[in-house]
Amino acid sequence: MLENRRFVIIGFFSLVGLIYLLRLFYLQVLDESYSIESSSNSIKRVIEIPFRGQIYDRTGKLIVYNTPVYDLLVTPRKARVEDTLRFCQVLGIERRDFDSLMAAAAAYSPFKPSLFLRQLSKEDFASIQDVMVDYSGFEFAKSSLRTYTAPTLANTLGYVSEITRSQLEKQEEPYYRQSDYIGQSGIEKIYENELRGKRGTKFVMQNVAGVYKGPWKNGELDTMAVAGENLYTGIDLEVQQYADSLMVNKVGSVVAIEPKTGQIISMVSAPTYDPNILASRHFSKNFAALARNPYKPLFNRPVMASYRPGSTFKLIQALIGLQAGVITPESGFTHANCPMGCHVHPATSTVALGVMHSCNPYFYNVFRRLIYKNNITNTFRASAVGLDDWHDKMSKFGIGQRLGIDLPSEYKGNLPNKKYYDRFYGEYRWKFSNIYSLSIGEGELLITPLKMANVAAIIANRGYYYTPHVIHGIGDKKYVKPEFLERHDSGVDPRHFDPVIEGMIGAVEGGTARRSRVEGITIAGKTGTSQNKKGDDSSIFIAFAPADDPKIAIAVFVEYAGAGGSAAAPIANLVIEKYLTRKVTNKALEERMLKADFMSKVILPGVKKPVSTDSTKKKPVSADSVKKKPATPVKPSASNRPVAVNP
Amino acid sequence: MPENKPITKNVDWIVVLIYIACLAIGWVNIYAAVYNPEVQTSMFDVSNNAGKQLMWIGTAALLIVCILVIDYKFYETFSFIIYAVVIALLVLVLFAGSNINGSRSWIKIGAFSLQPAEFSKLAISLAIAKYLSDPAISLTRKLKDYYPIMGIIALPAFLILLSNETGSMLVFASFAVVLYREGMPGFIPAIGMVMAALLIITLLFVKWYIAGAIIIIAGLAIWIMPVMTRRRGGLWATILVSLVMIGIVFGVDFFMNNVLQKHQRGRIMVLLDPDSDPRGIGWNVIQSKIAIGSGGFAGKGFLQGTQTKFDFVPEQSTDFIFCTVGEEHGFIGAAVVVFLFVCLISRLVILAERQRSRFARVYGYCVAGIIFFHFMINVGMTIGLMPVIGIPLPFFSYGGSSLWSFSILLFIFLKIDAQRPFTLSRG
Repeated sequence: MLENRRFVIIGFFSLVGLIYLLRLFYLQVLDESYSIESSSNSIKRVIEIPFRGQIYDRTGKLIVYNTPVYDLLVTPRKARVEDTLRFCQVLGIERRDFDSLMAAAAAYSPFKPSLFLRQLSKEDFASIQDVMVDYSGFEFAKSSLRTYTAPTLANTLGYVSEITRSQLEKQEEPYYRQSDYIGQSGIEKIYENELRGKRGTKFVMQNVAGVYKGPWKNGELDTMAVAGENLYTGIDLEVQQYADSLMVNKVGSVVAIEPKTGQIISMVSAPTYDPNILASRHFSKNFAALARNPYKPLFNRPVMASYRPGSTFKLIQALIGLQAGVITPESGFTHANCPMGCHVHPATSTVALGVMHSCNPYFYNVFRRLIYKNNITNTFRASAVGLDDWHDKMSKFGIGQRLGIDLPSEYKGNLPNKKYYDRFYGEYRWKFSNIYSLSIGEGELLITPLKMANVAAIIANRGYYYTPHVIHGIGDKKYVKPEFLERHDSGVDPRHFDPVIEGMIGAVEGGTARRSRVEGITIAGKTGTSQNKKGDDSSIFIAFAPADDPKIAIAVFVEYAGAGGSAAAPIANLVIEKYLTRKVTNKALEERMLKADFMSKVILPGVKKPVSTDSTKKKPVSADSVKKKPATPVKPSASNRPVAVNP
Repeated sequence: MPENKPITKNVDWIVVLIYIACLAIGWVNIYAAVYNPEVQTSMFDVSNNAGKQLMWIGTAALLIVCILVIDYKFYETFSFIIYAVVIALLVLVLFAGSNINGSRSWIKIGAFSLQPAEFSKLAISLAIAKYLSDPAISLTRKLKDYYPIMGIIALPAFLILLSNETGSMLVFASFAVVLYREGMPGFIPAIGMVMAALLIITLLFVKWYIAGAIIIIAGLAIWIMPVMTRRRGGLWATILVSLVMIGIVFGVDFFMNNVLQKHQRGRIMVLLDPDSDPRGIGWNVIQSKIAIGSGGFAGKGFLQGTQTKFDFVPEQSTDFIFCTVGEEHGFIGAAVVVFLFVCLISRLVILAERQRSRFARVYGYCVAGIIFFHFMINVGMTIGLMPVIGIPLPFFSYGGSSLWSFSILLFIFLKIDAQRPFTLSRG
C-alpha cells in the first residue's frame, strides 16, 4: 500500500511545478505591467529641454536670446557635506538657506535629485565647479535663461517663469512637469507652443543607485531636442528705444503700426522695467517689487488700459457721416444750437476744417444727423435704431471690439448700443440728447491706445486694416498666421477719406498740433484730450505719415499731460521722424519731451493731491526708480545672496 | 564478475545529465548576474562569482569521483559517524565561526568559507535512512519509533537555530516527504498544509468572515454526510475539526504578533502584499517579480537584463539567481528550469522506489524531498508565492558549500543506486 504513496508524492511535486509554470506564464506573458516597471526602474527617461526660440526685430537685430546657466541639484540621500561653513561660503549662501534648501529637497525625495540653487551664471559655475568635487550628492544641470539685448519691450515680450501649480493642473495634455518653464505673459505666452520647441528624450540605463550606465539600446529610441522656432517681429528696436526714452517719467503708451501690413513697429507701455530682471534667479523678489509698484509697470497699457478717445474719435464720426451721406465734404456747421462749448477758431465750413479745428459743435451735428438719419418720427425710437446703426458702422473700425492682436488680455473697450442705454434708462426712454457726448469721443466710450493706432492705420490705408500684430514671421520660413494676412474693411469708401486726411494734415500744419510739426514730412494727425475726473486730462494724438504714402500710423497716450498737443503730439511726431528719417531735427522739442515729467502729476489711489515733483524724487517709488533703476532689481551675481528656490 | 563493471555503466545518466544541465545553466546565469558592462571580466576569471563557481564545479567533480570510487557500503556503515562529524562541526561553528550577514555559520579556511549547516541535510538523510533501515521500525504503528527521528532532526536544527540560520533549518520540513512515504499517516502533512493555508487566509481576510465560512462548510458537510456515510462519529469529528480551525484562525494573530520575530512577520506580510513595505522587506520581492515579469515570453537576451545587471535585485547570484533566468531568458528559460527540477525530482522518486534496500529508498526520498523543498521555496519566493527565506536554488545558486553539499547528497544516492543489482533486499 505504501508503495502507492509515490504517486501522491510525484503528483504533489508535479502540481507545485505546474502552479509555478502558470504563475510564471502570468507574470511574464500575460501581465504587461512588470515590463513597464522594469523600464521605469532601470531605464531613465532624461528630458532635454531645448533652447527657446529667439526673437528678432524688423531689421534682423536680436531682441531676446538665451544664455546658458547652470542649476545645482542635490540628491539628499547621497549628499555629503562635511564642512558646511565652507560650502556655504563657496555658494554664497547662508547657513539657514542651506538648511531650508536641504530640508525642501529631502521633503521632495531623498533619492531623486532636486533643485538646490537655480540659474548660476557661467562665471559662478566656473568658480564653484572645482570646489564641488569635494561634495558628493551634488550635480549640475545645464539650463538657460532668457536674455534681452535692450532693456525694452518688457510688457510686449512678457516673461518666462516656472509653471505654477494651477497651470500644471489645468494643462489639457500633460506636457509640462513641475519646475518647467512656461511663457507667462506677452509674446512668450501667446507663442509658447512655437517658442518652446520640441523636448528631446534620451533613454539611459541606471543602476539601483541611479548611476548612469550608458544609453539604452544604443540610443535607438532617443529623440533629439529641437530648438524653439525663432520669431520675427515688426518691431523697430531703435525706434522702440527712442520712444521708450521719450516716455520716461510719463504714464502712457505709444503704439506705432505699419499700416500696409498691420505690423507693430513700436509699442511702449510706460512706466516699464528692464525685462532682464524677471529672467534671473531673483525672479520672485523682483516680480514682487514690480507687482507692488503703484505705477503698475506690469500693466500692459497699449492693449489693456482704457481711455475715452476724446477728439480723435471725431475722425471716425466724420468718415461714417460721409459714408452715410448725412454730410458732404462741403457741409458746414456753426456753433449755434449746440449744448457743447468750443474754442475760438475760424468758421468750419467743410469737413476738413471741422477736423482741423476739432470743432465740437460740428461733430455734435454730424452725430445728430447719423442718429436721426432714419425716417422714424418718434425721437426715442429713432435714436434707438440710429444708435444701433451707428454702432455697427463704428464696430468696423474696431471700436468696442477685440482686434485680435497676438498679446494676451486685450481689452475690448466699450462701444455703447441700444441695449447698453436701455439698461440705464429703459427701452425708448432715452434719445440723442442723452448720448450726444459720444459725438466727440466722451461719454461711455472706452478704447485702448492700440485701437486708436489702428484707426490711424485705417485712415492711412483709406478704408482697410490688417489686424495689428507683433509677430510677422514664425520660424525660418517666416510663416505668417493667416489671420494677420486677412484684410478687414472699414465699410467707408476710399474717396471719403480725402477730406478727413486733409483736415488731419491741417491739424498738424496749422491746427491743434501745429507746435510739433516736422520739417519735410507731411504728417496727418489728430489730437485728443481724454477727460480725467481724477486730475489732469490725458493727452492723445493719433497720426500717420507720410500723408501721401503712409509708412507709419501711430497713437500716443500720455496720462495727466493735458491737451493732445502738449505731450502726445510732440512725442508721436518725434517717433515718426525717427522712424522715417532715422534722425531728429527738432532738437529743442526732443529735449523738452525727454525732460518732461508728467508722472509726478499722477494721482495714485488713496492719494488726494498730486505729489509735487520734488517730493516724488525723494520717495522710494519715484519715476526714476521705475524706469532707470527698475524696481531696484537684484542683479544676478555670485556675491549676492541667491533666492531660495523650492524644487 | 558484475562488480568489475565500471560505474559509468550503472549510474543513472538521466540524473547526471540533468545535473550537468543545471550546473551549466546556473553558471552562465551567475555570470550574467554579476556581469558589469563597464568592467567586463571573463566567465573564467576567478575574480568574479562565475569564475569562482567554475572552480567550485571543478572541485565538486573531484568530490563526485571520490564518492563514486568509495564502496557504497561505506555510507550506510558510517551514517551515524558522518552525522556525528557534522554535529561536531555545527558546534564548532558556534564558537569558531565567522560572522557573515548576521549569522555565525561559516568556517573560514584560508580564502574559502564553508557552511556546516549545508551538510546537515546530508547527515540527517543518512542518519534517518540508517535508522529506518531496521525492518523492525514501523512508522505506521508505533509512535515511539518517531522519537529517534525527531531527535535526529532536532539536534542539528537546534544548533543551526543558535547560529541564526533559520532558512536552512526550515528545509528540514522536507523530511515530511520521506516520513510520509515510509508510513506516516496522511493526515499529518494534510494538517500542516491546512494550517499554512489558514494562516495565509486569516491574514488576507477578516477573521469573522473566515469563521463564518468554516461554519457554513461544516454545516453543509453535516447536512450531506448522513446521506453519504450514515455514521454518527462523522458529525462530531466535523464539528471538532471546524472548531479547531476556527481556533487556529483566531490563534494566528497571537502567533503572528507573539511567536514570530519581527522580520519573519514582515516576510509573511510582504508575501501577501509586497507593496506594504516597498523599500524594506518588500523590495526584494517587488524587484524580483519585476525582473522576472519583464522578461516576457522569450526574455531580454543573454547579458541584456537591466534589472539584474544594475543590481536592482539583491543577492542576485545566490538566492535570487532565478530572476536572472526569468529576465534574460523569459518564460521559456524559466519553464525549462522548472521542468528540469520536476524531472530530476520525479526521476529520484522513481529511482528510490526501485531500490531493494530500505536504506537506499529512504535516502533517495530524503534527497528528492530536500531538492524539492529548496526548489519550491526558492523559486516560489522569486515569483512572490513563498515568503522570502534565504535558501539557495540547488545547482544554480552561487556558492561552494551549497554546490558541494547538493552534489554529495545526490551522488551518494547515485552511487548506491548504481550498486542496486548487487544489494540484497531487506525491506
